[in-house]
Amino acid sequence: MDSSLDLVRHVARLARLELTPEEETTFGRQLGQIVEYVEQVQAVDTSGLEPTSHCMPLVNVVRADEPSPGLARQELLANAPRAEAGMFRVPKIL
Amino acid sequence: MSLDSARQIQARFACGEVSAQEILEASFARIDAMDDRVGAFLTLMRDRAMTRARDLDRRRASGEDCGVLAGVPVAIKDNLCTRGARTTCASRMLADFIPPYDATVVGRLEAAGAVIVGKTNLDEFAMGSSTENSALGRTRNPWDLGRVPGGSSGGSAAAVAAGMVPIALGSDTGGSIRQPAALCGVVGLKPTYGAVSRYGLIAFASSLDQVGPLTGSVEDAARVLRVISGPDPRDSTSLPQALALPERLEGSLRSLRVGLIAELDTDGVDPETRAAVQRAADWFARSGASVERVSLPAIDHGIAVYYLIATAEASANLARYDGVRYGWRADRSDLLGMYRQTRDQGFGPEVKRRIMLGTYALSAGYYEACYQQGQLVRSRLRQDFEAGFERFDLLLSPTSPQTAFALGEKVDDPLAMYLADVATVGANLAGIPALSLPCGFDSRGLPIGLQLMGPALSEARLLGAALAFEHAHDYAGRLPAAIAGPVQP
Repeated sequence: MDSSLDLVRHVARLARLELTPEEETTFGRQLGQIVEYVEQVQAVDTSGLEPTSHCMPLVNVVRADEPSPGLARQELLANAPRAEAGMFRVPKIL
Repeated sequence: MSLDSARQIQARFACGEVSAQEILEASFARIDAMDDRVGAFLTLMRDRAMTRARDLDRRRASGEDCGVLAGVPVAIKDNLCTRGARTTCASRMLADFIPPYDATVVGRLEAAGAVIVGKTNLDEFAMGSSTENSALGRTRNPWDLGRVPGGSSGGSAAAVAAGMVPIALGSDTGGSIRQPAALCGVVGLKPTYGAVSRYGLIAFASSLDQVGPLTGSVEDAARVLRVISGPDPRDSTSLPQALALPERLEGSLRSLRVGLIAELDTDGVDPETRAAVQRAADWFARSGASVERVSLPAIDHGIAVYYLIATAEASANLARYDGVRYGWRADRSDLLGMYRQTRDQGFGPEVKRRIMLGTYALSAGYYEACYQQGQLVRSRLRQDFEAGFERFDLLLSPTSPQTAFALGEKVDDPLAMYLADVATVGANLAGIPALSLPCGFDSRGLPIGLQLMGPALSEARLLGAALAFEHAHDYAGRLPAAIAGPVQP
């Protein structure tokens, strides 16, 4: 990235965060320092290693494919910022 | 009545010496007397708790066995879902969220007779090491009200340290149970990854998160672990076999091989903390164990690996907060603007920093050099631990390189805050169990934490060694002078 300000604008857009100009400046400086620190991993010799995504000795855990009751619609909609006619109401998409 | 031992409370309740309602009143009396100073709780669940206590009293009167935690008041970190009681993650995003279900661990505690008194403060979404990142309140260290309780399970640690409850649950992604336990002078255990169900734990970094106990004693930590561990069909990462935890822990240290981690015994550790850990190592040597220094070189890269992997996972997990199905929603008429402003307003600064760092680590052009390289160095770290456990049964280190720091001391320097996690992140990255227990006090009277780590599923060994250490010293169960004094209901 050319500068820490470009970096912060780029990742904020990817992460769907709308930052104020003050936030862009502060986060830009802080992220620049943090990225510089964490990039020390690039100097480590990792030849012959496989990446670890988790430490579990498990693969593909599946349950029996049997129907069971879920949570009630009304209960789930109770936390919605806006709901209408048994559905989540969202801003116009098209 | 004293609220420092779950074992004693359960025994007194079971024989009818004290009722669940009296126990609960004592807990609330202590909370009411001191929580305006400590700030451990975000939500108290008085009605649900009183109903539960009355039910327990009725069942006990009819001769029923009410469980190994019967009548014991517990506090729950506010990132664990409690049906019908708000669960906030200390975030504006979830300030009004009422879960429609209980976390598995919450259900298991209640099934064992525990009474949940309330939800404790944390760093927002469990991201932090001081609980100062909470959007909903400030928690102070009961040992010195001008200092942090540690984090992110700071409210749970403070509640136990202040004698409000004998046990609490926390979650630990990079040290969030052990570090506050160390800074507040209590016992904290991060179990083996998969030993305890994560169902109903609001996700931060799914390959690292584990739920575990914070307690006043090692014995109580074992008691809670027996209740909350075991397979759960609702969490496909829970291990299929239950933890083998004997009823009586083996406290013998004879022929135990203990390694003192060289990378965590350096000038980077506060001299008083370092000396206390050395005294603990000497005690192990005197008590029949063999003690040697051991080098795990990849520990020096632990923080960097952790902050790449944990933030990458967090950026994906927290993508769900979009203002649609639950949580905060910004008042905007365009969809993309609504998403972006919802997330800017709903998340605090540390959460945004981590989402952005994780997004960066996963983004095109940086994925291989950051995230994937992080996963490779994670493998190197696992190898170092495996090699260490070929030669040693237990590894020793400080839990935190320093005792409790002043409120505000590190809030403007996120990297300095991250570096304080150096001793704890390794256990999460390797998926192994780790326990912190008090091993002394510094010259300011602040507690010092000793960390014990063992190979996967070695909880019984860790708890046994910790129990022996605890019995030989008198650090556990002390109440801080800052808030001392009995409180009568």
